[in-house]
Amino acid sequence: MDFKTFLHAGSNRRAMLKGMGVAAVGFSLTGALAGCGEKDAAKLANGEEAKLNFYNWDTYIGETTLEDYMDKAGVDVNMTLFASNDELFAKLRAGNQGYDVIVPSNDFVERMAAADMLTELDKAQIPNFKNVAPDYQDVPYDPARKFSMPYTWLALGIGYRKSKVKSVPDSWKVLFDSDEYKGRIAVLSEAGDMFRLYGKYIGKSVNGLTDADLKTIEAMMIKQKPNIKSFHEDNGQDLLLKGEVDVVLEYNGDIAQAMVEDPDIGFVIPKEGSQLNSDNLCIPKGAPHPKNAHAFINYLLDAEAGKKITETILYPTPNDAAKALMPAEYKNNAVIFPPADILAKCEYAKFNPELQPKYEEAFTRVRAA
Amino acid sequence: MTGPLQDWKGQRRPFAAIASLPVFWLALFFVAPMTIVWLYSFGQNAGPADIDISGTLDNYKRATEWLYLSIFLKSLAVAALTTLICLIVGFPIAMAITFAAPRWRPWLLLGIMLPFWTNLLIRTYALMALMGTNGYMNKGLGGLWEGASWLRTLVGMQPLEAWTPVQLLYNNFAVVLGLVYVHLPFMVLPLYSALDRMDKSLIEASLDLGAGHFKTFMKIVVPLAAPGIVAGVMITLIPALGAYLTPDLMGGTESQMIANVIERQFKRANDWPFGAALSFLLIYAMFILIALQSMRTNKSMERG
Repeated sequence: MDFKTFLHAGSNRRAMLKGMGVAAVGFSLTGALAGCGEKDAAKLANGEEAKLNFYNWDTYIGETTLEDYMDKAGVDVNMTLFASNDELFAKLRAGNQGYDVIVPSNDFVERMAAADMLTELDKAQIPNFKNVAPDYQDVPYDPARKFSMPYTWLALGIGYRKSKVKSVPDSWKVLFDSDEYKGRIAVLSEAGDMFRLYGKYIGKSVNGLTDADLKTIEAMMIKQKPNIKSFHEDNGQDLLLKGEVDVVLEYNGDIAQAMVEDPDIGFVIPKEGSQLNSDNLCIPKGAPHPKNAHAFINYLLDAEAGKKITETILYPTPNDAAKALMPAEYKNNAVIFPPADILAKCEYAKFNPELQPKYEEAFTRVRAA
Repeated sequence: MTGPLQDWKGQRRPFAAIASLPVFWLALFFVAPMTIVWLYSFGQNAGPADIDISGTLDNYKRATEWLYLSIFLKSLAVAALTTLICLIVGFPIAMAITFAAPRWRPWLLLGIMLPFWTNLLIRTYALMALMGTNGYMNKGLGGLWEGASWLRTLVGMQPLEAWTPVQLLYNNFAVVLGLVYVHLPFMVLPLYSALDRMDKSLIEASLDLGAGHFKTFMKIVVPLAAPGIVAGVMITLIPALGAYLTPDLMGGTESQMIANVIERQFKRANDWPFGAALSFLLIYAMFILIALQSMRTNKSMERG
């Protein structure tokens, strides 16, 4: 609870999700201004002006990546920030205000593709696609990578304080179905993730939940509610660092950052399997500089550039060439790269427009119970 | 009435010139967006980014289910409690500022307004740092507890058992406390402006004529401050009813308020029509409240 922790609360992109909601209004104007008002820049060989508007998460790029790209390609990258997929979607829903490259998560790639908001990528302009790990070259949420290139990926699991648990909490039971850590548990407030992970616990696929399953899970959640301290807004690593809770549902990348600060923190993906997420580089429809956008995405997938990004943000990278350049303590970190047998049991959540409102309503009932 | 701008009926043109800009502004940036949201409330999702306004009443039917009504009522109770506490705490503060020496008043008022210079989010995080399990409040209380324990050993008694931190955050208590903290200035400022206008010789007269301090306060000060109280209650109750940041960050598992539910419809659930219906239900309720209030005022004016 020192001041450093307090300041740190805002230092990674997923922790910012909630907080920036308030500031989102302030940011919304910058996007509209991004594309206009500057004097004519020199034309590039591809016939486009030397500009690019990049819409990214906060603290989600290498320290010098944009300057390096300026030196290499002579393109001035103007980066603006969003705080949640919902914000990104809401902003582009009314039409593209001038963004060239955006970074939606996997289910939003599906949602935006379904809403005809993404441009098909021309792979001939992205030769560095070969650097991408085979597992990420073809993914269920974007078959044959028609609309997106992988940027990072994450897995949900249990972060815990080693000195306060009897054994490694390697089952969802600890969070979802037990009073062993009564009052010291925090779980996510995102209804969809919660229902899908409960589904994993009762042995279902995250994409195979039926209405009857939702009923069962709702009853389980209501039963477990008295043991839970907080439905956190994706700031579980802070709750763990401050000692508010001892077991928490969080993303591996966030807990990996917390472990740098506090060696008493551990992370495990439960044996029942979990849900994977991935952030992706996409070009929205109506992008003013599509050729620059392709070139920039290609640059971000470059080995050296990818290494510099990964060094800063410390998330798992799907870029094999970049990973090969990283030090062993990153490559062999079991939190950042969980064991393959566990990963095999993890799934991506599909975008499901019928189920999402049902998840929300059921979770509202759980909270009101 | 022929004086300049005394009555708009006699001075239509200058009035129109002055009023046109704000009316235009309101129409463009308030009435138009609200109308769109109002129309959404009669629609349904036709795709991830399309809303089909079909005139359906399903959203309202869903919004008036007991689940959502109970959350409405709970939010109203939390907001009312917040307002009551603000009134009880704010009245003495407003009195103190009114009766302070004139050269102190601007500074005291500045003190009330100072929190507005900091973002609500930062203030809430600061409050969370104060109230956490290992926060400063618990550290302070723990220190006192250990002190008491040590004193007991001095007089030969058993020491107290080890200090267990008090659960201050992540419950309804924290939500009400956070809301009071945020909304107190909204209560103090209208109260101050009402009290400041009060003729203080009436208090002297009351005291001279034999009324006690309490009676003077109840029979003279409170009735004269009534417009300030009404304004303060309205201006505190309405934003408190719509609070979503405080219950999100400081609340526990059962602390959701109606604004949190509405927010989730517009964001995660991507169900704008239903979110719009929930918001407008809140607005309809406000309209009814204000209409009832003005009907009562009219009646009492007719009687008088």
